[in-house]
Amino acid sequence: MIYREAGQYKTTYDTDTQIFPIAQDRYAMLAILLIAFIVIPFVATPYIFSAILIPFLIFSLAALGLNILTGYAGQISLGTAAFMAVGAFASYNFMLRVPGMPILLAFILGGICAAMVGIAFGLPSLRIRGFYLAASTLATQFFVVWCLTKVPWFTNNSASGVITAQQIEILGFKFDSPQEKYLLVLGIVCVLALLAKNMVRSTVGRSWMAVRDMDVAAEVIGFRVMKTKLTAFAVSSFYCGIAGALFAYCYVGTVEPEAYNLDLSFRILFMVIIGGLGSILGSFFGAAFIVLLPIVLSMIVHVTGLPNSVTSNVELMVFGGLIIFFLIVEPHGLARLWQIGKEKLRLWPFPH
Amino acid sequence: MQFFFEVLIAGLLSGVMYALVALGFVLIFKASGVFNFAQGAMVFFAALTTVGLKEEFGLSLWLAIPITMVVMVLLGIATERIVLRPLVNQHDITLFMATIGLTFFLEGLAQLIWGSNVRRLDLGIQDVPIEFVMDKTGMLISQFDVIAAIICAILVAALAILFNKTKVGRALRAVADDHQAALSVGIPLQHVWAIVWAVAGFVALVAGLLWGSRNGVQFALTFVALKALPVLILGGFTSVPGAIVGGLIIGASEKLAEVYIGPYVGGGIEGWFPYVLALVFLLVRPEGLFGEKIIRRI
Repeated sequence: MIYREAGQYKTTYDTDTQIFPIAQDRYAMLAILLIAFIVIPFVATPYIFSAILIPFLIFSLAALGLNILTGYAGQISLGTAAFMAVGAFASYNFMLRVPGMPILLAFILGGICAAMVGIAFGLPSLRIRGFYLAASTLATQFFVVWCLTKVPWFTNNSASGVITAQQIEILGFKFDSPQEKYLLVLGIVCVLALLAKNMVRSTVGRSWMAVRDMDVAAEVIGFRVMKTKLTAFAVSSFYCGIAGALFAYCYVGTVEPEAYNLDLSFRILFMVIIGGLGSILGSFFGAAFIVLLPIVLSMIVHVTGLPNSVTSNVELMVFGGLIIFFLIVEPHGLARLWQIGKEKLRLWPFPH
Repeated sequence: MQFFFEVLIAGLLSGVMYALVALGFVLIFKASGVFNFAQGAMVFFAALTTVGLKEEFGLSLWLAIPITMVVMVLLGIATERIVLRPLVNQHDITLFMATIGLTFFLEGLAQLIWGSNVRRLDLGIQDVPIEFVMDKTGMLISQFDVIAAIICAILVAALAILFNKTKVGRALRAVADDHQAALSVGIPLQHVWAIVWAVAGFVALVAGLLWGSRNGVQFALTFVALKALPVLILGGFTSVPGAIVGGLIIGASEKLAEVYIGPYVGGGIEGWFPYVLALVFLLVRPEGLFGEKIIRRI
């Protein structure tokens, strides 16, 4: 009864092509943004900011990037963390070596560096498909991390390889507290998510989906497969690069190659799969799920009072088990559940 | 030159060990199209169970191995039942993620039962150079590696016989070729899958025992899966000979690269070199050396 589109007439082309065609969706989105920007900074505690909200937003961004590549363009990648690492280290080096470099520009340049690495490692995708491609993207993962560890220039000759990220300062305003960092991350994520949403409903996004569904057919009807695949790699890596830079600057506070390991790549892939392939909203759902699950699990397990060695293994088991469970219950991800819920809500209280 | 051959042979022999892990992947991928990332965890689980049974319950090794074998077969069947059957006809990547979930589960389970200490596994094979070869040619070749290679050869021969000469093998090949056609001539698909998972479990046990007695039974054993992936993409996901040849190529070139190129770039290139090598091969043959050629049409 509340959620229905009856009576909302579209009289211009603009209203027909807007992002949220249903008025309720627009209001809900506005409400969420208002809460996120205005209410949360006042009510949340520093723990919630730095343990839940900031990682959630950063991982959402990374998942968004991977979703563009895997969900929209159909190229499986296991090297997400490597692109994040490139973004983080490139930003660090731009900040370090260019005097007076504004940090936002450094983030963007970091993203562009990641995009270039993405294009380079995306080239094999023109010939290799499916799991062969997935396994060969591991080359990116291992090579990039190895490179960052072995070449001292990247880490500014730091002996331990662990570097403290520079102070974030925009127009003289210092971002120190978790609250301020949260707002910075939130702002960047909102802009990039809006961009992504618009990209996937425009020509670029449609060409990605055509290539995903069948690249031979897409080529026959005139899409340039090479250009399409490489733009997908570039855009995806750009997003991952920015996420990596934010990960280093706003979340962990250090820049180190070891943080961007294969495990992180898998975690982001989990977010995409559990959230829903080919859905912008799904990336956020997936990130929320994967960020919250270990926290909730460890809280539950700690209540039982078992020794540490037992709880960490139980956590691992439950994590694995739940992932299998979710995949079985809803293989199309949380975004699909959300869609079903919306359909139900539209008809409610009538059964049909 | 002698040093070159020594490195080459050591590489080839360690390649056999990689091939052993890759074999488990190939079996499952061939029969059910599932890219089973949990193979590494299965190797770890099998090795840890054997050692655990031996140390905690005081069983002899020759009793612990058959018990583990039974456990692995049951595990394979349970995986097919609980994880894969509900996910039939889903997207490949969904199945792949499910096996990653299974990886976490198995890693947690194994360490929950047996603890996370590094354990030593002694198969009674010494890791010493063979004197005969050392006397004749002056090369140091480990006895352990040679025996591992022989075990691997026996295993491959047994699998070849299973695949080509038995009724079960025919059913396996039929399923690998075309699921629906196999079903329609009355081959029980699910039994075949259960058998494949059980066999993969057995292969994981053999790999786990050999790797475990070489490097100690520890969590790092799960990473052998990552060593097996370049072998797989090089040899082709669907080919048993491909896994062997791929293993030999990767093993040999990895060792040679580490020795001859490594020092110039700071070492530690073993982690990525196999992948880059496999990638170069793939650019020429996108389905691996022996993989089935995929014909793409609209």
